[in-house]
This record gives sequence, structure tokens and C-alpha cells, in this order.
Amino acid sequence: MTTTESLTSSGMQDTVAAMRILAAWARTGRSDLGAHLTTHGPAPMPSRTDGAWADHLVESIRAAGLTGRGGAGFPTARKLDAIRAGRGHPLLAVNAMEGEPASRKDRALLATAPHLLIDGAILVGRAIGTHEIALCVANDRHDSAEHVRAALAERAGAGLGDPPVRLLRPPGRYVSGEESALVAWLAGGPARPQFRPSKGAPLTIRRRPVLVQSAETLAHVALIARHGPQWFRSAGLPDASGTSLVTVSGAVDRPGVYEVELGTPVGTILRRAGLEPPLGAVLVGGYGGAWLHTDVLDTPYAPGPLAAVGSAVGAGVLAAIPASACGIAETARIATYMADQSAGQCGPCVLGLPAIARDLAHLARGQGDRRSVTGLRHHLDAVDGRGACRHPDGVVRMVRSALEVFASDVAEHSRHRPCLGWNRRPILPAPQSPVARRR
Amino acid sequence: MSIAAVRHRLRVNPVACDGFGYCAELLLEIIDRDDWGYPIVGTDEIPLHLLELARRAVRDCPRGALFIERFPPARRM
Repeated sequence: MTTTESLTSSGMQDTVAAMRILAAWARTGRSDLGAHLTTHGPAPMPSRTDGAWADHLVESIRAAGLTGRGGAGFPTARKLDAIRAGRGHPLLAVNAMEGEPASRKDRALLATAPHLLIDGAILVGRAIGTHEIALCVANDRHDSAEHVRAALAERAGAGLGDPPVRLLRPPGRYVSGEESALVAWLAGGPARPQFRPSKGAPLTIRRRPVLVQSAETLAHVALIARHGPQWFRSAGLPDASGTSLVTVSGAVDRPGVYEVELGTPVGTILRRAGLEPPLGAVLVGGYGGAWLHTDVLDTPYAPGPLAAVGSAVGAGVLAAIPASACGIAETARIATYMADQSAGQCGPCVLGLPAIARDLAHLARGQGDRRSVTGLRHHLDAVDGRGACRHPDGVVRMVRSALEVFASDVAEHSRHRPCLGWNRRPILPAPQSPVARRR
Repeated sequence: MSIAAVRHRLRVNPVACDGFGYCAELLLEIIDRDDWGYPIVGTDEIPLHLLELARRAVRDCPRGALFIERFPPARRM
């Protein structure tokens, strides 16, 4: 039932029947147009776009139960409904920014299945009635940009017409992949999240509505358009259908990007990636996600079951730390990184996140006590929900989960007894660039 | 719709807000300040007797960060 494949440099594994986005790569080891067409067949593009075709595509997406794979998990069909019901000529922004340090899935997608992504983008563009598609790849991801350029050039060269997709390169900071930050940049300003007084209001650029879709979501659309909603639902759970790309890293033998059926137990995914016991804990969803305790390692990887244990699918990240690592030290480093990555717009975030990071660093070194933990909790409460975007909220969630999952370590550290692992080489990447500190 | 049926609450635009605190001074009953001086604006309805003061706070905010919104939101045409 489990359908995972590894993209590590150790080479391809045997093809598994339910490999979907990664199917062409798994079977041929190639990502060019030929391999794409041989594996998936041509995309069902209408000869001319009409309302009935667009309706049919949106209904297929709805029936398939596709939800956004960028982190929010919002039903894709409903997002399309909202844009189609609005006024003005829309713009489609493809989010392949991947600011999450522990995620590699967008890079993997662009390296192995760029044509699925481009198909999906063109299909959705037609469904919402636009020929303006901005494919956003961070300005420090040169390989990904090259893959996109090569794929676009192939399509133009193959007589498929000039694809209406423009490659754009916003700055590669953590928050520039946030939906409203991306739109702000596309509008000509800095890539900083915008305050949205009412969550329902669409993002706009000079009155034009903008639909932002994560790259992986569009790749799934390209497959649903070919194979239909029932096929899509043949993997996954009834209320969490299909497959998803997950980046597995940390204490595993074969780190990499896997395509998994939603609902696969987290432990199963880790074991396929070669989990090296004993496991300490797993950070699920990304740096704004939540730690998962080994006791609940067999939680199905799907929104509902993960929410029930205080976690979330998020950016598709499973970062495992061994039992020998110090969860508090890892959390402290992540919190410092996240504080550095604040867009610098909102007081509680700008001032509160560094306070949280300092509290954690203190605790990690064994310099804190029970009052410091109370102080930390006070800072967490003060920051939660008080920014324009969800960046501080994610940090708060991640740190609260750390206090729970690593509760016994917290207790020991508060008695000036830090664990032996606190000053070891860190497991999770938290680039500490001096440039990142500039506002 | 009678006056009593329209409810209002205070909202702050956290990007615009610079923590001056004029609002907290005027509306000390319903706005607190956090450790760093930024206003903590709850989601509760503005009591009727403070509504005029609230409007003044909105006008006086140096950054124009405070605003009053009706809830439930007015139906859009």
C-alpha cells in the first residue's frame, strides 16, 4: 500500500505502481519532454478554451478532493471558484519558492517533472481565463531556474507554441514565499507579507485578482486532468486524497524527496528512508510546524490525524533527530533562524521572536530555570497571532510542541542539567547568514 | 437595523503600528500594551459608551494603524 520512492543520488529504485508525479523520473531517469509524454501522454488541452471545459476541469479537481500542497491545505477547487467569480483579468502565480530550509520538494519537482508543473499551470491558467502565468523561483536557486528555462525552451521548440509562462526570480528569504509577500513582490514592491484585514478578500495587483498556487498542487492538476478524479482518489484516504511529496531528512540513511500516499503512517515513511534508531523526535511540516513524539510515530501522514496530535502536514517536511541529539538545542537554532527571517514589519514578531530564541538558547545551555520557562511561555503567548502573517504563529506552534515533546529534557535543563547532546553538531539546517540579519 | 444591532470592534494593522500607544492611553479600559509597548487589541465588542473615544483613537493614531470594523461584517453588494 505504501508508495514511496527515493530521489537520493544512490540512484533509482524499482518503479512502484502508484508513483505519480515522480513516475517519469522513476521509469526513465529523465525529466525531458519526451520522457514526460511517454510516461503521461499529452495534456488534455482544449482546442479553444470555453466555459464548459473550464467548468469540467474545476469539477474534476473538486471531485478529486485536491487540497493545496503548499502548507495551508485549502481545497483547490474553492480557490478556483473564488477567482472565477471575481472581477478583473486574473494573474496566476506559481509558487515554487521553497523558503523552508528542510524542504527540497520544489527543487525535486522542477528537476524531475517540470513539464507536469507547466501543464498544470497552463491548464489552470485557461480555467481561470488568463494567459499570464508567473512561475516564481527564488533568486538563489540557480539549478531550479535552469530546469524551468530548459523545459520552457523544449516546449517552444517542440511546436507546442510559446508557453504563456514567465520565469521570475523573487528574493530567496523565508517569508518571500508567503502568498501575500509573493504578490507584493509581483506588484513591484519588496517581498514582505501584507496585512489582510479580512481573510476572504482575494490578493490583487492594481485591482487584478491574483491566484497563487503551489507548484506541487499544479502538478497534481496536470494528472487529474489526464486520469480523472476517481483515479486521483485511488490513493490516499477518503478525506485526504492522493499523494504528496515529502522531504525526509535528519536521522535517516536515505534522505530525500519521497512521493507518499496521504495516510501512510509517519513511521513507515521514515523507515522507507532508512530510519536510524533510536529516534528522538520528528519535526513535521517545517520550521513553523510541530514536533512529533515517538509515542505517536504511527500517526497517519494526513491533515486530520496530524492535527489530532497537534501537528500538521505543512510544507511536507519530516525532519528526524536521533535520541542522542538535544531537541531543545535544535529548537533554539531554528527559532534563531526564524527570528532572523522576520520581514521586520510587526513589533511583536520583530521583538518577540528574538526574545523567544534567547530564552531557548539559555535553556539549551542549561542556564535557564523554571522561571525562564515561564518567561518563555509568556513570550509565546505575547507573540501568537499578533503579526500580519503566520510566521510568528508557526514559531509559537513549533516551540510549544517542543516544550511538550521534550518535556523531560526541559525539566532537566531547568535544573541546570543540560543533556549531553546540547553542544553536538546540529542536525537540522539553520543557515545563520549575517545578511539575513539585515532588515 | 437598529443601532443596538450593529457591533464594532477594534483592529490594528500590525505592519503600520509602531507602538506609540496613543490608543492604549485613550482606551485604557480595553487596550493593553505588551512587554514591548505594542497594543493588545482584543476581539471583544467595543462598549457603546467607549465608541466615541475609540473613533478619536483611530483619528489620533500617528500611523493610522487603528481601525474600527463592524461585525458581523456588513453584507457586500
